[in-house]
Amino acid sequence: MTDLSIDLGFMKLKNPVIAASGTFGYGIEFTPFIDLNHLGGFVVKGLYYSPREGNPPPRLVETSSGLINAIGLQGIGVKRFSEEILPRLIDYNTSIIINVCGEHEDEYAAVVDHLNHQPGIAAYELNISCPNVKKDGKCPALDPKTTYSVVKLIKKSSTRPVITKLSPNVTDITEIALSAQEAGTDAVSLVNTFLALAIDPNTRKPRLANILGGLSGPAIKPIALRMVYQVACRLKIPVIGMGGICTGGDALEFLIAGAKAVEIGTANFIDPEATIKIINELHNFCRERKIGKLETIIGTMK
Amino acid sequence: MKRTDQVIITDRKMWKDYVLLSFKSPQIASKALPGQFLMIRITPHSYPLLRRPISIHAVEGENIAIFFQKSGIGTNILGLRKKKELLDILGPLGNGFGLKGDFSHKKTVLIGGGRGIAPLFFLANSLADRKAEIRTFYGGKTSHDLPLKEKFEANGLKVFCSTEDGSFGYKGLITDYFNSEMRQFRPERIYACGPDAMLKTIADIAAKENIPAELSLESIMGCGIGACWGCVKRLKKDGVTGWFRICQEGPVIPADQIIWAEKDK
Repeated sequence: MTDLSIDLGFMKLKNPVIAASGTFGYGIEFTPFIDLNHLGGFVVKGLYYSPREGNPPPRLVETSSGLINAIGLQGIGVKRFSEEILPRLIDYNTSIIINVCGEHEDEYAAVVDHLNHQPGIAAYELNISCPNVKKDGKCPALDPKTTYSVVKLIKKSSTRPVITKLSPNVTDITEIALSAQEAGTDAVSLVNTFLALAIDPNTRKPRLANILGGLSGPAIKPIALRMVYQVACRLKIPVIGMGGICTGGDALEFLIAGAKAVEIGTANFIDPEATIKIINELHNFCRERKIGKLETIIGTMK
Repeated sequence: MKRTDQVIITDRKMWKDYVLLSFKSPQIASKALPGQFLMIRITPHSYPLLRRPISIHAVEGENIAIFFQKSGIGTNILGLRKKKELLDILGPLGNGFGLKGDFSHKKTVLIGGGRGIAPLFFLANSLADRKAEIRTFYGGKTSHDLPLKEKFEANGLKVFCSTEDGSFGYKGLITDYFNSEMRQFRPERIYACGPDAMLKTIADIAAKENIPAELSLESIMGCGIGACWGCVKRLKKDGVTGWFRICQEGPVIPADQIIWAEKDK
């Protein structure tokens, strides 16, 4: 019997496979397709304190083996989420992680203050790295000082573990990751999407109404993997890796590079059963190679 | 649990720009409703990456047909798929056309623009089963854009065609043709699918004439299951105005709920 469980120190996962924020709705959208109980966890779509309208369409454009999105974090706000959605999630035996957003530091704090009083939440993922909210792609995770400041503030008020989600749109991601660690984050997750652009040559117009968006999918995997590797080498706290993971083999690459768990994003769009298939592939990999405990493979690149 | 379905292509018909693919799927055939769509994987590889939303064209016994225009990289590759090849399908998804109530001898008009004709064949057959009186308006840019005319007629359905260049049928827009025929045949219900500009004109006519209309909207979709929030259109629904997901609220939407973008006006 293979043991896929992962101990992050502050949180135990039944397996390392977590559905990524923004690609998994509020979780309930996937209940017609998969049993959420089988997941290591899932991250709920980013929540602001207030409802948000999001960006005008077109919000999506497909590129070579990738997808650029500028959804703009449309959402129902944290209050409606706690009243209407959370009660339908908390009986699932999996780690429910809430992706926390804010226009400014006070809003991040308000979301966490509200959620601190709600049951059934395993951790917060601090979204300081969404590239398509501000027109120029700016976000706190582009700067070590603003990263430190938001993480420090949230760690002060949070009653739950905090995972800080990092942006790849920086010169040296390890510098930002170290800053988040110094501010007390319990883990980092990386990478969010790459700031990107697509143009229709016939009309010379951008393909997205927001002009810029975030690139995800298999196209970004090698760069994401490199960043996860670099960060895992430098940090003492756990690293959760993501970026274009579609198969068990992809997930293993991130684990071997040093990630303790992985998030699955764009693959959920292509196949709603992607997370479950990846878990099964991890099982098969371990069984075939007589690996008793998957955790032993983490950070073992030769 | 809903699952993706691996089906075998049983037939392919091709025109210059259009393709009709048939396959057997008892699972989808037993559940599908007119106006619903399927998310179809183009290849098992990572390019093109996303599934494509394609409406259900026909259901006959356990057989399903889809009809689409080769309009981009995804549909062009899908159009190359051959008989006996496997196709990965998710569905049926979304909300279809309203078919509740008594349709016996009710006058209905179906309006399809170009590839928008696809879901109207399934709908026309369902309305015919309900003994409705049906007229189908089918418009295209040229006579090459009307490949399904004979198929409708073979099923005993009346088809009124238009082309923008006058190469077949009424010369002009299908909405003008429909409007000019309104006096002879005033429908109690309008169903339409096609480009946004066409649908906007139909919504205006329906509002002016006070006829309920249901429009099947097209949108780029990331997932088709409500997770990505990529396929939104502006609607006013139950007093709320905002961006609504077409895969969840639609693709068929009552005309009076749609708030049209400036470019459609």
